[in-house]
Amino acid sequence: MLAAQTRAQIERARDRYPQPRSAILPSLWAVQHELGWLPPEAMAEVAEILGLAPSEVQAVSTFYSMYFQKPQGRHHILVCVNAACALRGADETVAYMERRLGCPSGSTTADGMFTWESTIECLGGCGGAPMMQIDHRSEENLTPERIEEILGRAAAEPVDHHGAPPSGGAAG
Amino acid sequence: MAEYKLLTKDVGVEGIQTLPVYERRGGYQALRTALRERTPDEIVEQVKLSGLRGRGGAGFPTGTKWSFLPRDVFPRYLCINADESEPGCFKDRYLIDENPHQLIEGILIAAYALQVQHAFLYIRGEYHDQRLLLERCLEQARAKGYIGERILGTDFGCDVIVHGGAGAYICGEETALIDSLEGWRGQPRLKPPFPAVKGLYGKPTVVNNVETLSNLPHIVTRGGEWFKSIGTERSSGTRVWCCSGHIEHPGCYEMELGRPIRELLEEHCGGVWKGRSLKAFQPGGGSMQVLLPEHLDLPLDMDAVMKAGSSLGAGAMMFMDETTCLVDVSRRLVDFYHHESCGKCVPCREGTYFESRLMHKLEAGLATLDELATLTDICANMDGKCFCPLGDTATWFVISAYKAFRSEFEAHCGAGACPVRGPLLAETA
Repeated sequence: MLAAQTRAQIERARDRYPQPRSAILPSLWAVQHELGWLPPEAMAEVAEILGLAPSEVQAVSTFYSMYFQKPQGRHHILVCVNAACALRGADETVAYMERRLGCPSGSTTADGMFTWESTIECLGGCGGAPMMQIDHRSEENLTPERIEEILGRAAAEPVDHHGAPPSGGAAG
Repeated sequence: MAEYKLLTKDVGVEGIQTLPVYERRGGYQALRTALRERTPDEIVEQVKLSGLRGRGGAGFPTGTKWSFLPRDVFPRYLCINADESEPGCFKDRYLIDENPHQLIEGILIAAYALQVQHAFLYIRGEYHDQRLLLERCLEQARAKGYIGERILGTDFGCDVIVHGGAGAYICGEETALIDSLEGWRGQPRLKPPFPAVKGLYGKPTVVNNVETLSNLPHIVTRGGEWFKSIGTERSSGTRVWCCSGHIEHPGCYEMELGRPIRELLEEHCGGVWKGRSLKAFQPGGGSMQVLLPEHLDLPLDMDAVMKAGSSLGAGAMMFMDETTCLVDVSRRLVDFYHHESCGKCVPCREGTYFESRLMHKLEAGLATLDELATLTDICANMDGKCFCPLGDTATWFVISAYKAFRSEFEAHCGAGACPVRGPLLAETA
């Protein structure tokens, strides 16, 4: 089910490491970049390219919070609610997002445009708290006006399948 | 005293993220010096002499860590830890954003000193833009002959491979990082054997933090003796402090080690915001113990802060003003560790669950005094009893806050009131 380009990325990753298993994370990124999430059939295809059992690839995928086990909205948003962001108003950001998007944290808007969640994971933007990430890009010093601007810009963008493909780099 | 600019001296120089500008500012001269004029052992000696201690949190002397590699065992690997995920820490991201080639030059110097041909840069998945920036910079460096075979015409060759993580705090622990890099669920490994003996792919491996490596070009250029003259006797050099919370100017500030914390707060951070007073602060990152205004005159020195019952850890400073509820801050940090516990050992996996459940009840006014008292027990059954430091550190802030702000914690019990936020409406929680 994977595009030839994605398969090529996975093969390149496989050949870059002393052991093919090391290519699991980059391969899952390649899949998610193409499909927006990790369907079991796609993970089986990764396993086949890397010479592993499908269960091994799936077991790795569920450990990492950034891999999506089900389809997401066109844009994915994480709002940090860890301590540093909370001290500067993360709870207000969360409340605003909930009202604005009309759905609770962890869900997708009715039009499929945004999946959003609050996360206790610190996203490393404490110097610009409160902050969030949208499609892996950090947006800091959030205010309702800033959030409106960010959401408006994202809604006008073409479909984004969650970030850039895995690393290139020369053969190892 | 002003900021001491060493790692951040070129911050703000237009185009410093590009190779030509970095070179114009003297970039890659240290690599040239290292490869052409120094033996690998001489560099290890200089790093030992410099007193440089790891900037990832544990503060272990870098040169000593390097010297644990067994001689004559090859291949060996260097892993660069850019998995910065400690709550309150964003200096590695800053150093990558502001001077990526400084890091790359440091990586190559370390790789030469350790005679490593493959370096793996493990960067957390959330640092997506930083990963792309590093990849672009590595390409530039490769095209210019700083990476690859026969670097600068010498016999030394090294490749740097960027490996993106995917959202797991535990992968900042060095053996979990190795586990993740090998393609497993990133869980810590039993030590010994230490990575220096048996690390990535079972080979001798050194794992160094971004900020640690960014110091190396300066140590090579100006010498270990010079570096040792900055800072204090046992904490040499500078550190980049990640300042957050209730201050006027959050951000990263580099300072010489040994200056008072008060200077960081008042001169660089602009003091506590809105003219309010300081209630508490947390040095080191989410893992570390709370400190009080009376500790502001402590020097930014690893040993001095440790003596005061906390740690400088990974270089965070989170300031909290008088309107802060310490139960709320504690609950969030406990939630974080609960979320990030890898599940490998029982004390951490179950302990963080019990901690989190208790703190949620407490914050909602639903816990009794007796239940609150179990916090000490829960934490005693975790600290020192977990497989890796994650479980230990999951107890440090909450226990220190409970001790320092006992009446505030107790006031939350039995549908009482938060001294800061007012009455707790238990029925709505």
